[in-house]
Amino acid sequence: MRVNSDGMATIKKLWIGIGILALLSPLGLIIPAFFGAGSAWGEWGLEEIKKLIGFIPEGMQKLAELWKSPLHDYTVPGQKPGLTHESLGYILSAVIGIAITAGLAYLIARLLGRKNKEN
Amino acid sequence: MHIPDGYLGPATYGTMFGVTLPFWAFASWKMNKTLKARQVPYLALGAAFSFVIMMFNIPVLGGTTGHATGTTLIAILLGPWAAIIAVSVALIIQALLFGDGGITAIGANCFNMAVVGGLAGYGIYRLIAAGSDAKSNRRLIAGAIAAYVSLNTSALLAAVQLGIQPLIEKSPSGQPLYSPFPLSISIPAMALEHLLLFGFVEAAVTALVLKYFQKNEPEMLELIKDSHGRAR
Repeated sequence: MRVNSDGMATIKKLWIGIGILALLSPLGLIIPAFFGAGSAWGEWGLEEIKKLIGFIPEGMQKLAELWKSPLHDYTVPGQKPGLTHESLGYILSAVIGIAITAGLAYLIARLLGRKNKEN
Repeated sequence: MHIPDGYLGPATYGTMFGVTLPFWAFASWKMNKTLKARQVPYLALGAAFSFVIMMFNIPVLGGTTGHATGTTLIAILLGPWAAIIAVSVALIIQALLFGDGGITAIGANCFNMAVVGGLAGYGIYRLIAAGSDAKSNRRLIAGAIAAYVSLNTSALLAAVQLGIQPLIEKSPSGQPLYSPFPLSISIPAMALEHLLLFGFVEAAVTALVLKYFQKNEPEMLELIKDSHGRAR
């Protein structure tokens, strides 16, 4: 993989692409909402499971509440209800998630690739 | 396809961590040997792409949603081992920060979407694209088919892991303790929506981005030659 003078430009362009995807990400919220679609199959919350089968399996109840994620379901703390606020929270979540994911991947790649003679 | 906490019993999620760990270790070793400094930014980009593309939920008949993963695309551009690392990082951040996929299910989700997704996608692409020019249409078709099969394989694995729960994890009175739906429900449900819709979305995303690279950065598609040791 050669990175020549326009190699940097490519990476910059690709990052702009990722940025555009982050801005468009609420489509992944709005379009399912428009069609009244809920969770992915097998990703229901406890309430939904209760509606589906009439009870909450014992083990599921215990494990489901094991971890409280800080930005649950791509929402930000203090977010107001409504699709507009949900969309903004979704974009903010995308930006935060992209930054942390890319940062961590970069760090891991740097650490792992460190010993490579070609560097 | 992000299995949440509470759907898999300890026997299953424990096993899946055990199965995934050697792949993470081997991928790390492989990257240690082959990853070049100039590929590092692309790996970060790949992880970010996988993260954000999974936020594009698409509704399907029956009231559920699904999404592409970008795994095959990353495997084609950076190799399967880099893809395993990149997509695993995205999945782990999704679980920890956003509760998308359970923390107990990180092993299973990474195995389904990153490990099997990456290896299957790359293998099928190599098979179909072998000997073709980097700018040929065969590369695009290979990428699309590989992405379609790869995503469907990942979905089938998730369906099996969910579907065996009522068989192996039940209370003394016979009630399911974790995911309550048997294989006869989980496999058709997951397989159909991925065969009919999400697989095509993954294929389209893969082919479109590959087309972009063919036009603007065809060297990125030379991985097949690189892996045969040709000096570049």
